[in-house]
Amino acid sequence: MTGSGSIGLWAMVLACIAATYVWRGLGATLAMRIDPGGAVFHWIRCVSYALLAALICRMTVLPIGGLAETPLTDRLAGMAVAFLVYFAARRNVLAGMIAGIAAFMVISAVRGAGMPGG
Amino acid sequence: MAGRTEDRSFGDAAGDPTPKDVIRQGARDAVGLPAISLVLSMTGFGSLARESGLDLSLALVSTAGVWGLPGQLAMVELYASGAGLLVIVVASSLANARFLPMAAAFLPTLRPGLRRPGWLFLLAHCISLNTWAAGMRVCPGLRPPLRHRYFTAFFAVCLAAALAGTVIGYLATGTLPRPVTLGLVFLNPVFFALLLAAPQGYAAAMALVLGALIGPPLHIWSPDWGVPAAGLIAGTATFLVSRRKRGAG
Repeated sequence: MTGSGSIGLWAMVLACIAATYVWRGLGATLAMRIDPGGAVFHWIRCVSYALLAALICRMTVLPIGGLAETPLTDRLAGMAVAFLVYFAARRNVLAGMIAGIAAFMVISAVRGAGMPGG
Repeated sequence: MAGRTEDRSFGDAAGDPTPKDVIRQGARDAVGLPAISLVLSMTGFGSLARESGLDLSLALVSTAGVWGLPGQLAMVELYASGAGLLVIVVASSLANARFLPMAAAFLPTLRPGLRRPGWLFLLAHCISLNTWAAGMRVCPGLRPPLRHRYFTAFFAVCLAAALAGTVIGYLATGTLPRPVTLGLVFLNPVFFALLLAAPQGYAAAMALVLGALIGPPLHIWSPDWGVPAAGLIAGTATFLVSRRKRGAG
């Protein structure tokens, strides 16, 4: 926001973009050599699924930033509502997502308002 | 690898789909849930970016350039907390380290359809959780020359939605109450969790459960390396077990 820092900010964003592309580029390099039907490909798929699951669980249980202000119970409740509605609505991702987020927002709002008596 | 669910109806109506059909299908598939979720989640990012002192052009460049919300969030949050440049760049990059296995797992599907394999390095940039999930599900069922067309059409819609969301969030900041902003950030894990809950076969299910179980403890052990390590350990364990189950083949 400060004018003096704007060049530094651009440098930061561009460096983050380049540093993120490193992973993509390494993945593409590997992809040039891998047999899609082979064991290496199967192993990488297993690792990528496990990594995503670990990331999602980490974002829910041990979030970084603003979400860390919210109690774990609120986040677990939101996630539980999302899955309940998802399965009740025959695996409808949009319905589950909206219900889970709405539940989480309502809980946060009520907690933030200090549990109003009315 | 298991469970290539053919819920899409490509080519069952009138022979093979044309490139145009596939491009339209890719765009149409993205317009629903993926675009909605991207608009919403990038609204959260746009508002966070403004709160942290980035201007709108930087927020948009981050969305299109980093193209992975966890890394974008890490960048903005660490910047706001006053961290040094090196820490910000390394943490932001590590938050998206999943792009390595994701790219390596998905891009071989596109490779046979490309006249120049070098295009893979451009297509690698188009990978996000949304585009990867759609590509993994649909592309193997397409003829090789059509795969990258479906993928890029899907990506184009996702990019437009993400940029729109960033703008909306940026402009709306200050008007959104805190619980709503936090809810938009929380949307990311919820959406990804539901996306992965779709049945994808035995090996994927085992990898997901194991990864979710050991992810948080390993994150406590090392905030930087915990999640990648969890993926490596749980994924390798799944790989070994599923290979034993399948016997030699």
